[in-house]
Amino acid sequence: MALLEVKNIKKSFGKTEVLKGVSFTLEKGQVLAIIGSSGSGKTTLLRSLNFLETPDEGEILVGGKQLFSAGVKYTDDQVRENRLHFGLVFQNFNLFPHYNVLENITLAPNLLNIASPEENKVTAMHLLEQVGLADRANAYPYQLSGGQQQRVAIARAWAMHPEVLCFDEPTSALDPELTGEVLRVIKGLKGEDRTMIVVTHEMDFAKSVADVIIYMADGVIEEMGTPEEVFDHPKSEKTRAFLQGFHESY
Amino acid sequence: MFIPVTLQLLDGFWESLKVFLLTLAFSLPLGLIVCFGSMSKFSPLKALIKCFVWVIRGTPLMLQLIIIFYGPGLLFDLPAMPRFTATIVAFAINYACYFSEIYRGGIESIAKGQYEAGQVLGLTKGQIFFKIVLPQVIKRIMAPMSNEVITLVKDTSLARIISVYEIIWAGESFIKKGLLWPLFYTGAFYLLFNGGLTLLFGYIEKKLNYYRG
Ligand SMILES: Nc1ncnc2c1ncn2[C@@H]1O[C@H](COP(=O)(O)OP(=O)(O)OP(=O)(O)O)[C@@H](O)[C@H]1O
Ligand SMILES: [Mg+2]
Repeated sequence: MALLEVKNIKKSFGKTEVLKGVSFTLEKGQVLAIIGSSGSGKTTLLRSLNFLETPDEGEILVGGKQLFSAGVKYTDDQVRENRLHFGLVFQNFNLFPHYNVLENITLAPNLLNIASPEENKVTAMHLLEQVGLADRANAYPYQLSGGQQQRVAIARAWAMHPEVLCFDEPTSALDPELTGEVLRVIKGLKGEDRTMIVVTHEMDFAKSVADVIIYMADGVIEEMGTPEEVFDHPKSEKTRAFLQGFHESY
Repeated sequence: MFIPVTLQLLDGFWESLKVFLLTLAFSLPLGLIVCFGSMSKFSPLKALIKCFVWVIRGTPLMLQLIIIFYGPGLLFDLPAMPRFTATIVAFAINYACYFSEIYRGGIESIAKGQYEAGQVLGLTKGQIFFKIVLPQVIKRIMAPMSNEVITLVKDTSLARIISVYEIIWAGESFIKKGLLWPLFYTGAFYLLFNGGLTLLFGYIEKKLNYYRG
């Protein structure tokens, strides 16, 4: 059974319909890369999965359990619990500037009593090693480069052990020379049953790390398939045009 | 003459200090409640609180003191509050409204992404507010708060309008005895105390400078 099932998600902002019925499933341990032009609804989709937006229609299921169904009223506590199934790494990091690197990572595990403060700290240090920042545990966000901040943000999201970790253009806010270190960290997280959804404009990265590619256009999934299928043998004319445009501009 | 005058002024200053400290103790938290009200999503409440803040900030504290002390008796035939209590009530309400606006400015200056980062980590609204937002707000509002607190020190002298004894009254009482200088001398108390407060706020701001943003 699929770990994540997204069924017919629709979302409008005022009169603009941004998501026009998005459905897909994701297996445990798979990495899904979502590509698509600006304004196609990628961010809105990730935000819906993290319950930062409430879809007007559709359902979200994790592990067969229905977390969201449009029309149902959820309490703050239910929404909060639902969020724990997902993690989100933002384009612009959103680290907490008044906490140091270690505190950024341990804040939520400590407040939500994931484990004892000592254990949370050990876990956090382990994650920092994985993202290559163990030596910066006591630094404050303003003392870090963008790439380092994003790696801390990844560790922070991962510390809550979400079943599905989402990344919204994790390297878009970075100088080109810093994107590599972040993409390497994300690549390194692959495997070990870690399920991830990455919205990205880095086509080579998407090709090399993803098991499944979704190409979104105008609020719908225009094409979905393996990297080979989508990149090398796109069925849709729109996909072909998009990839073509990409080759030209990059 | 210097020592007895100083002692008498200290006595008056102690009364001013009580007004200052009690006003802070009540208005700092009350201001947060007023602030939440003025940011409420429930628009009738929001409108009511905003209107209230507008009235309090738009009229002199001296007038508010008079109304709170004499108003209940004149309007409803109720017994008046003790003078000192009325002073604290008027000051606390007045300063809560000023503080609420400073808090609101600080809270609204925190980026939406900070809330969302807390939300996606599964934190509760209270945790997000007290652990993520408020600490950053405190740093950002330190400068306007220090201005307001120093104004409060000087405003305590208004209490005498409803006959609450304080330092300027103490200084003035010497005029009857033909001494003018004690009145000017009261200024030294204000200056010293505000100097101390300025140093304290400077110290706090420096302490909060361990991060940027
Ligand atoms: N809160 C909002 N209110 C109104 N419109 C919104 C809101 N959020 C997004 N939109 C609109 O929805 C559309 C899709 O936005 P979205 O951010 O999901 O696109 P995207 O695919 O992530 O684009 P990009 O590649 O530029 O990040 C855009 O037209 C945007 O203006
Ligand atoms: Mg986006």
